Amino acid sequence: MPQSPAGTLTSQQKTSSRRPAGTLYRGREGMWSWVLHRITGVAIFFFLLVHILDTALVRVSPEAYNAVIAQYQTPLMGLGEVALVGAIVFHAFNGLRIILIDFWNAKYQKVMFYVVLGLWVVTMLAFVPRHLINVFSH
Amino acid sequence: MSTPTLEKPVVPETIESFTVTFNIRRFNPELDEEPHWQDFDVQMYPTDRVLDALHKIKWEQDGSLSFRRSCAHGICGSDAMRINGRNRLACKTLIKDLDITKPVYVEAIKGLPLEKDLIVDMEPFFDSFKEIQPFLMSNVAATPGKERVQTVAQRERFDDTTKCILCAACTSSCPVFWTDGQYFGPAAIVNAHRFIFDSRDDNAAVRLDILNDQEGVWRCRTTFNCTEACPRGIQVTQAISEVKQAIMRGRA
Repeated sequence: MPQSPAGTLTSQQKTSSRRPAGTLYRGREGMWSWVLHRITGVAIFFFLLVHILDTALVRVSPEAYNAVIAQYQTPLMGLGEVALVGAIVFHAFNGLRIILIDFWNAKYQKVMFYVVLGLWVVTMLAFVPRHLINVFSH
Repeated sequence: MSTPTLEKPVVPETIESFTVTFNIRRFNPELDEEPHWQDFDVQMYPTDRVLDALHKIKWEQDGSLSFRRSCAHGICGSDAMRINGRNRLACKTLIKDLDITKPVYVEAIKGLPLEKDLIVDMEPFFDSFKEIQPFLMSNVAATPGKERVQTVAQRERFDDTTKCILCAACTSSCPVFWTDGQYFGPAAIVNAHRFIFDSRDDNAAVRLDILNDQEGVWRCRTTFNCTEACPRGIQVTQAISEVKQAIMRGRA
């Protein structure tokens, strides 16, 4: 963000570099797919961080490792896994969409976004019932 | 023989006008700490434009309202602003295309330093434009008395990006530019594209090198806000991805 104040306003340093907050920018499919891609990307990163830490725990003490892994088998974590898979599936399909935009054609980005959503729904329909049966039947 | 008579002039039915509420984000650097919203009621015809409303407000209600406009016909690129949350030219946005049952929100474009009301400091925007060397650079002199010849297909190659009016609607709609003002922005890349793919220009490599920078084309996250915002209908994101491809292949 360029912070240099406008030339004529040097006596009002405190206000000249002000950014207007204003309304939320009403972007369309492209912007919201990017926002979702960012959110899911950061979420997956933090999951991987935790996942590496808990796996590394086995080097510290196998008992501690087992205790942590046991936590993962609670229903609450089972629901968390649904969110995790949902984030990964979206990030994966939208990643393919971005590759196609860059290397194939930017014209079909909107159609491709709805295809991504469709594929996400299909994948989740296949995964979620099976997964929840596993989580709640143990 | 019929004598020519003046036909009764068709009395136009009274054209319906509407009271439209405009919520305008005001900021006076000499008085205000923060920008604030102020609403104005204006009588408007559906065929009027947002720019006409701003004129009515400035001329009839509050002369202190500040905004830029020059040609008022969508060519000079002075009056880009955020209308109902989207970057538009005020002179190309008709009242009939807006939902006037709700107030119309008008505010300055985002990401450039706000100076007053709807006016922002455009210098950072034009600095990026200058940096990509937006002028023809040829290694060979044109034949005396002749123009530089180009085929129809060669001209067509960069036709889309010649339409740019430098209004900054694209650059100030870009989420990457909002958070990182160092990014060249869509407008600068569009104008680089215009010369990179011009067969008469010999300096594409220099411009590709400039844009192959950390703050260059690779900052683009393909959000397509620029393409949606462009009042000239330029396929901005497509142009940026063509520049990306040219950098990867090392040639235009």
